[in-house]
Amino acid sequence: MMGNAVLSVADVQKNFAGLRALSDIDLQIEEGKTHAIIGPNGAGKSTLLNVCVGRLAPDQGAVVFHGQVITGKKPHEINQLGIARVFQTPEIFPDLTLLQNVMAPAYARRDGPIRLNLLTRLDDDKDVRLEAEHILEDVGLAAKRHDEASALSRGDKRRLELAMCLVQHPKLLLLDEPTAGMSRLDTNRTIDLLKRIKERGMTKVIIEHDMHVVFSLADKVSVLAQGRIIAEGTPDEVRADPKVQEAYLGGAH
Amino acid sequence: MDTTPQNNTPQTTAPQTTAPAEPQRSAHYHHSTDLPTQLPPRGPDMRPLWPPKVDILMTVLFAVAVFTMPIWLQPFGAAYPDLMQRFAIFGIFAIGFNILFGLTGYLSFGHAAFLGVGSYAAVWSFKLLSLNIVPAILLSIGIAGLFALAIGYVSLRRSGIYFAILTLAFAQMCYNLAYSVLTPITNGETGLRVLRDDPRVLDALVTGTSEVAVPRASFFGIEMSGMTGFWTCAVCLLIAFYIALRITRSPFGMMLRGIKSNQTRMNYIGFNTRPYTLVAFVVSGMYAGLAGALLAVVDPLAGAERMQWTASGEVVLMTILGGAGTLLGPFLGAVLIKYFENIFSALSDSTLFQAFSFLPDTAREVVVTIVSPFVGEGWHLTLGVLFMLVVIFLPGGLTEGFRRIARALRGGSGKKESSQ
Ligand SMILES: Nc1ncnc2c1ncn2[C@@H]1O[C@H](COP(=O)(O)OP(=O)(O)OP(=O)(O)O)[C@@H](O)[C@H]1O
Ligand SMILES: [Mg+2]
Repeated sequence: MMGNAVLSVADVQKNFAGLRALSDIDLQIEEGKTHAIIGPNGAGKSTLLNVCVGRLAPDQGAVVFHGQVITGKKPHEINQLGIARVFQTPEIFPDLTLLQNVMAPAYARRDGPIRLNLLTRLDDDKDVRLEAEHILEDVGLAAKRHDEASALSRGDKRRLELAMCLVQHPKLLLLDEPTAGMSRLDTNRTIDLLKRIKERGMTKVIIEHDMHVVFSLADKVSVLAQGRIIAEGTPDEVRADPKVQEAYLGGAH
Repeated sequence: MDTTPQNNTPQTTAPQTTAPAEPQRSAHYHHSTDLPTQLPPRGPDMRPLWPPKVDILMTVLFAVAVFTMPIWLQPFGAAYPDLMQRFAIFGIFAIGFNILFGLTGYLSFGHAAFLGVGSYAAVWSFKLLSLNIVPAILLSIGIAGLFALAIGYVSLRRSGIYFAILTLAFAQMCYNLAYSVLTPITNGETGLRVLRDDPRVLDALVTGTSEVAVPRASFFGIEMSGMTGFWTCAVCLLIAFYIALRITRSPFGMMLRGIKSNQTRMNYIGFNTRPYTLVAFVVSGMYAGLAGALLAVVDPLAGAERMQWTASGEVVLMTILGGAGTLLGPFLGAVLIKYFENIFSALSDSTLFQAFSFLPDTAREVVVTIVSPFVGEGWHLTLGVLFMLVVIFLPGGLTEGFRRIARALRGGSGKKESSQ
């Protein structure tokens, strides 16, 4: 195993009532890199992330984060170790304002999984507020900070969810199709944003169908088809791989 | 206020459609002197979300409204202590219930159990400790809190309908136990009452004897009768309201709303949500305990009927009718329901005949036959109809209705809001 792997997935297998969603998955995510996972619909990409964040328990195998086995841990414990995730369908707080949406994860990062601060004022925590304000600026949503999140467009919801993850300064950021449903312009803005995070040294796993995004960001690409990793390498290597072309061009079985 | 340079610095964002790409952050913080000064600053201005001044103003207005009830309730014929203290007591009950249901979205159908437990604890305090209301209230809150801790710990393992059914089951268990196994503590169907010669160790220590002519709760010598009972309840209501306000404005309160909005997301941003919901449950149980204690304060007896499921359902109705999740709604709902209960349950067929005496005899017969199931004992039928109407036409409760009216009224004069 490589010394600088932030996350390693070892021999993971997951079945859904006879359907083999993941088999023999071995994956190393290297420190500071952007690792793309691509593959046709139903390949098992989201399932793989679900195993990583504790939403699903694998039938076999383990996920190791910074030398610590995290399979079997609860989602909030895994997050507190430094893994944040953007979901395929945005998971935000629709009834809260954008600012509150971003302040909540900032609190979780500052105060840990439990802090029963019943009688302090939200407005007294200037550090949390300021951090949330800055992240909202970063993703370009600052002007809507007092709007309810339910009023956002689909693309804005994704950006908000990204902001909610970024405010935690995670060691590892998992992105499940972060630009799906975005206009070309918003997609490019998101790419720029993700590039800037990369400069700060954040490790990322990104699931994408949009090859433009993959080739703009990824250092390494793994191709998943029918629950197996069929190819791995730099974007150019993977693009040239005949197995990948077969998987994408209808020869999925 | 904070002292960072970006404070008070208006920020101009280029219209999003023409922005080439995400600009560097520093570019957002330039001074622009050509902006009209009345334009709201849009950078990280750090203006408080809830200015403390507004909170204080709200509490003061609430206090004024509550303490002048004996005046402004007169035209409604409701300005007598017995009814007004019920407004205050059930207001406390509903405000506390709202901390659980309004903020976390967990719908408990068993909160009357804590009300009943609070009443029993208070009466026992009157019997064993002292007729002073302070130990009684503290004991009630504490014991109701312990009950809530135990019931909440188990019930909160489930959510949604299963949670509601678990709380209902626990409350019915308490209700049945009060009539059976626990009769030594509850005195069964007769109800628990304070006697002249109860031991009252604290009173005996202070005055040398625990015997009194008429056992009546008191606050250091001030007897709880007539208006004093109401003033006591009003003070408690005010404290209860202010604490609820502070909880709502706290980070904890925001987390509770996060749990209601998207519990999954709360977990994946690193929160262990169970302790949050449990604390909300216990706090609302303590509010119910306080309400139960006050029922015993104004009338020192306790009966198990306070724990019946209809009482649990009533506080749900109060909260939803007034507006779940709002600060004033639950109190408003409690006042309205108790007010109409008072009117409708006092009506009987004979009063109806009088009321409709202007009609010809046969028409009067028909009208009274139709109306009578809705009054007196059947007033819950009226309540049901009212509740149905609110849930269908005003799911946000009356507070939502007022907000809509206010918006409609403003719509003509102030177009400022919409232009932002
Ligand atoms: N909780 C579940 N229960 C049963 N089957 C599931 C579950 N989650 C995923 N699956 C199945 O597992 C397979 C892989 O699903 P997954 O969501 O991981 O695919 P994906 O690669 O993310 O696809 P997409 O690109 O459409 O998001 C699919 O056939 C899906 O139907
Ligand atoms: Mg997927």
